[in-house]
Amino acid sequence: MSDLDLARLQFASTSIYHFLFVPITIGLGFLVAVLHTMWFRSGNPDHKRLTKFFGTLLLINVAVGVVTGLIQEFQFGMNWSAYSRYVGDVFGAPLAMEGLAAFFLESTFIGLWVFGWNVLPPKIHLLTVWLVAAGAAGSAAFIMAANSWMQHPVGYTVDQATGRPELSDIGAVMTNPVFVWGYAHVLTASLVTGSVLMLAVSAWYLRRGQHAEVFTRSAKVSIAVLLPSIFLALGVGSHLGVIEATYQPMKISAAEGQWETCQPCSFSAFQIGGGNDDQTPTKIIEIPHLLSILATGTWNGEVQGLNELNAQYQEEYGPGDYVPNVFVQYWSMRVMAYLGSLAALVALWGLWLIWRRRLPTARVFLFVATWAVAFPFLMNTAGWMLTENGRQPWIVQGLMLTKDGISTSVGRTELIISIVVFYTIFLLLGAVNVYLMMRYARRGLELEEPDEPPVEGEPRVPALTF
Amino acid sequence: MTLPDLWFLIIAFLWTGFFVLEGFDFGVGMLHKVVGRTDTEQRVAINAIGPFWDGNEVWLIVGAAGIFAAFPSWYATWFSAMYLPLVLLLVALIARGVSFEFRGRMEATRWRQTWSWSLTLGSLLCPLLLGVALGNLLAGLPVDSTEEFTGSVTDTVTGYGLLVGLTLTALCVLHGATFLAMRTTDVVRTRAQRAAAVAVVPAVLLLLAFAVATPAVSGAPALRGTVPPVLAVVAVLAAALLVRAHRDGWAFTATALGIALTVVTLFANLYPNVLVSSTSAADSLTVTSAASGAYALQVMTIVAVVLVPLILLYQGWSYFVFRRRIVGPPTAEPPDPAPGPSAPLDEGART
Repeated sequence: MSDLDLARLQFASTSIYHFLFVPITIGLGFLVAVLHTMWFRSGNPDHKRLTKFFGTLLLINVAVGVVTGLIQEFQFGMNWSAYSRYVGDVFGAPLAMEGLAAFFLESTFIGLWVFGWNVLPPKIHLLTVWLVAAGAAGSAAFIMAANSWMQHPVGYTVDQATGRPELSDIGAVMTNPVFVWGYAHVLTASLVTGSVLMLAVSAWYLRRGQHAEVFTRSAKVSIAVLLPSIFLALGVGSHLGVIEATYQPMKISAAEGQWETCQPCSFSAFQIGGGNDDQTPTKIIEIPHLLSILATGTWNGEVQGLNELNAQYQEEYGPGDYVPNVFVQYWSMRVMAYLGSLAALVALWGLWLIWRRRLPTARVFLFVATWAVAFPFLMNTAGWMLTENGRQPWIVQGLMLTKDGISTSVGRTELIISIVVFYTIFLLLGAVNVYLMMRYARRGLELEEPDEPPVEGEPRVPALTF
Repeated sequence: MTLPDLWFLIIAFLWTGFFVLEGFDFGVGMLHKVVGRTDTEQRVAINAIGPFWDGNEVWLIVGAAGIFAAFPSWYATWFSAMYLPLVLLLVALIARGVSFEFRGRMEATRWRQTWSWSLTLGSLLCPLLLGVALGNLLAGLPVDSTEEFTGSVTDTVTGYGLLVGLTLTALCVLHGATFLAMRTTDVVRTRAQRAAAVAVVPAVLLLLAFAVATPAVSGAPALRGTVPPVLAVVAVLAAALLVRAHRDGWAFTATALGIALTVVTLFANLYPNVLVSSTSAADSLTVTSAASGAYALQVMTIVAVVLVPLILLYQGWSYFVFRRRIVGPPTAEPPDPAPGPSAPLDEGART
């Protein structure tokens, strides 16, 4: 492995790991805010128990999400200093705004929410949890704006003296179509993640016959959120594909392994073989016209083949190989799309059971719903691999190659040390996180008795939470 | 004032704010096993910063992101040069960040003490390593004319950097002690006051060394080089007297001032450089050479002018909400009224 490969491996690993927790923060954050609102409006103690129960699951994940996010921020400078120096003028601005507009909001109000029970007036306390959810959703907006600029750079001019891109239109950066649709896709995917997680935990309890009434309620809430979000995520994602095909045609052609230009183009359900060295894999179950629809949004749209695109790029940018890893593109797209469709079926199945009033006793469904907890994490990971692998060999599409972005002063030994350190931490954190979640899910609810109302005249004591 | 100058000021403000706020979180992390002998006492100490630490840490995130956006070369060269120390810093930040959340989730003593140690060591390493990194900006790193770091890991620990690291760590211990004295009661408060009295000694000695070394390293006139750290010494000595007089809020204000003056000293002496090259003065990164374009800085200025006051307002409000002293676990019996009602914080304790 070259130093470049090591640096890429580290960035990919830390990003994927970080993004296991981010969608939980956004999605479950929203759901906990919904539960808290239900309790606020109904006064039903069951709603409060659910709020606190899922709130704790949320907090464990937020902690890991926050600390792994630190690695992401530092890594741009540590490992990709040439990139940071080159694009900081444009790329840094949304990152700084993310901190000012979103991280401060999220982290300050999460403290107020966690420690605010019996301290804040109920209405204000409810507001704090919504501000946490807003901060989490907002932070994703700015980082997606920054990432979308790498996919489709807009709103900049190249400085003649330094040769670096300089920000010239922040409005263009924040209305970049790749950003608008990419952000909508991330938000809906996060809601899918949060609701599938809540459904899985509820289903696990229902299978054991514990707290059936309470967890039927949370199962219903999660299905009510899952159903619209999964269809929106599929729809938005499909339109995002059309947009990406416009600005990054390589990305989509590689996702189908389409080497030659076609019109109309069919989509293969599976293939045997395939990759950058095998242009003639065995395609299984070809669905006519589907690739044309996915890539262009039209029945008979033309999709340029990888060979033709590569020739075009060589003419424009000079000699080189501009085709991303086709194997990764092909399969990450399918893992994402197929699991997404399965999740949609689970949501519809759940809706049907709610309608027939059989949800708490539908054993097969509850079994499937429990194990469906893996879906969103696999989908999210596959989605990012599709997006980021499809951008290669560029770090900023058309402006800078990935190999030109690394820190030349960081040597091989240092890279190996940091990779070993981060992997060790991730394994430890993951193990502790899963262990705590399972343990907590197993015994959590019994302990959450409704609090006694504070005695008038006595000072309200802040909750000793940690 | 030019836009790059303004952004240098904003960044100095963000890093100062970070050390004033997260400084006491680090101190509490280092001291929670000292002021707390039993698990409950340790929890009281941790919960004293419970609602705040997460929001305080964002000052670091924004401080770093601000440098990335306003001075990309500074960010790129500094962070890639300090590679291994920053890996260790990330480990420390992660260790202490998750300790808060994990520690209380299980009853077992071994579990709790594991995370207590992780919190202590993480909180110790953070100000130390950040201090080394900040000190290096002034002491200089081997950087060539292409803004690339040319040294090895041994070049990332300079004598002056180490002094800054130790000074900031000592100040964080003291700052954490005065914070704990202000937010707790009974035995935890008494121990925190005692810890503060002890912590003053290394803090003053290191600050004096810092006051001598800084102008020597930067060559800046006394107004920038010597006066601010001497004022920091005065603030720390005042804190010692105030702790003795049980004026906890004012003592905390004094240590906040001391730590703020120390960070201000660093940035005041750094200007107009942002990262000194130890190989050739001509290769030093400066405020002008490292800055982003005018448009990017204008956009961010507007964003900062609108949002920073708002952030100060709601963070200030969160301190106001949790202004009472921590008295004990709500899951046990109601707090014992014997030691007297929980006193409101002294005025002037707002940060």
